[in-house]
Amino acid sequence: MENSIAFKKGLKDGTPIASGYFAVAFSLGFMAKKCGLSPFQGFIGSFFTRASAGEYGVYSLVVQNAGYLSVIAMSLVTNLRYLLMSTALTQKFSPETSLLKRILVGCCVTDEIFGISIAYTGYLNPYYTFGAFAISTPLWALGTTTGIIAGSILPARAVSALSVALYGMFIAIIIPPSKKDKAIGIAVAASFLLSWAVRNIDFWGQFNLSSGTITIILTLLISAAAALIHPVLTNVEEMDS
Amino acid sequence: MTHSTWIYIIIMIITTNLIRVIPLTLIRGQIKNRFVQSFLYYVPYVTLAVMTFPAIMEATNSPVAGAVALILGIIAAFSGLGLFPVSIICCVVVFILEFFL
Repeated sequence: MENSIAFKKGLKDGTPIASGYFAVAFSLGFMAKKCGLSPFQGFIGSFFTRASAGEYGVYSLVVQNAGYLSVIAMSLVTNLRYLLMSTALTQKFSPETSLLKRILVGCCVTDEIFGISIAYTGYLNPYYTFGAFAISTPLWALGTTTGIIAGSILPARAVSALSVALYGMFIAIIIPPSKKDKAIGIAVAASFLLSWAVRNIDFWGQFNLSSGTITIILTLLISAAAALIHPVLTNVEEMDS
Repeated sequence: MTHSTWIYIIIMIITTNLIRVIPLTLIRGQIKNRFVQSFLYYVPYVTLAVMTFPAIMEATNSPVAGAVALILGIIAAFSGLGLFPVSIICCVVVFILEFFL
């Protein structure tokens, strides 16, 4: 009974997330189409992965015909934050929650579903997360498929314009925190600069790095440098001090 | 050697979900290492920035249109507009500019 109430609440809270997902996934589908994915491949990939940056990164490897190991590396780097989110969720379960339910909740983690799950009052009822998952995942997958189909029927000029939709969303994700935290802003500026430099300065051409490999290496190096130069205060430390 | 798109997708699905699940099976307490926490704090923003530029200029028919979309998108996001308004502004900018470029 309590579980069915939690599930319905999850469905309700997941609805605005689901409509947002459709639009983001549509833009992702556009990129997936450019990388050569079929509508069905896009549906399956999105349904089981549910990670915009991660999926985009991997689809860009498909078009480059990159090695399979770089798919693992790209998935790891672009989705590292989920490691942190799942770690935070470990603190949110009642001791009675079974391992299987913990694992299933883990599979549901996206930025938004993590956000509402961690905000749940008291111990997290896994059925709340399952409800949000049940409404948002089909729309994420359908959005991708719709984007792939649209990419093949719309005129070239419209395709060119819609190709920047996903980048526009990325910009909207990175700029507000850059404004709030100067350290993020500097890291973002350095990322733009170095990403351009490595891809355009002749010297780097001799290493024959694929665009995906450059993304992975730059992300690791710049994030490590930022963490060394400007470490963040963690909640644990704040509590200890 | 040509790789199979399906194998890319399957590796992506397995890796991404393992990342989500592993902490829930292994980690009981919190990550206390300050470097690791700081590193994980910066990763999402850095990876999105690296993937956005200069790729946005290569996605459009005209690189100049992509660059202008980037600049106006940053200004729009900086002035407080959300995900969809920023995204739509970028698309409209490219659509209009490519009539002239």
